[in-house]
Amino acid sequence: MIRVLFFGQLKEQLECAALDLDAQSIATPSTLGTLLNYLQHAYPQWRDQLQDKSILGAINQTLVSSEHRLIDGDEVAFFPPVTGG
Amino acid sequence: MISVQFQDFDFGHEYQQLAANNSKDGAVVCFVGLVRDYNQAHSVTGLHLEHYPGMTHKALEDIVAEAKTRWSLGRVRIIHRVGDLGISDQIVFVGVTSRHREAAFAANQFIMDYLKNFAPFWKKELTVDGPRWVEAQTKDHAALSRWQSAEVAINQAKKSSNNEIVT
Repeated sequence: MIRVLFFGQLKEQLECAALDLDAQSIATPSTLGTLLNYLQHAYPQWRDQLQDKSILGAINQTLVSSEHRLIDGDEVAFFPPVTGG
Repeated sequence: MISVQFQDFDFGHEYQQLAANNSKDGAVVCFVGLVRDYNQAHSVTGLHLEHYPGMTHKALEDIVAEAKTRWSLGRVRIIHRVGDLGISDQIVFVGVTSRHREAAFAANQFIMDYLKNFAPFWKKELTVDGPRWVEAQTKDHAALSRWQSAEVAINQAKKSSNNEIVT
């Protein structure tokens, strides 16, 4: 199982805060980038938002690039550029 | 110490905590960020701050750890508020102590610059025209370059010293 979280404006646009995916359903070898592609196909209504190049991704609470490998049990998060401080 | 919290903080108390029983450090630099009434061409009436609870603390810890590799620091304190805030409310506190002022000034600014770019907080402003998500600003991203160029300089210095050792 891979848990996927969304935050900020992206969460509002997708109307989804979290979803659980069967790790088998994503292409192998799976990376953050292939997961993003998978989501665009599985949820076509999200395609425009998920194609936004400014979206950041984290695996297990650490920012990573789209090439970063995913393994079963990971927590993945997608969110817009941060605006704290 | 790092806190992410709904409640306000007391600047005087935080300063005292940094300065008390700390005779080796001669410098304390504190920064406080406040909610402005005007931002990105909108009149702001309030703010909602969202964060990624599982990641926020870790991201801030990583930033402090990185700052400590660059400067010799005494104490570091970060408080970042979340939830609903009003105009002029305190949002963030960063306090740094060091033996001399240069490290405390630089590390404080470094922590704020990195927090602005890497800590998972998102601001949603309440404006007279309705709510809007604050857009990330290129100037915050550009602010990183001053630290990255320092990093490049350090790495180059390391390389040249390594070369000297090899030769």
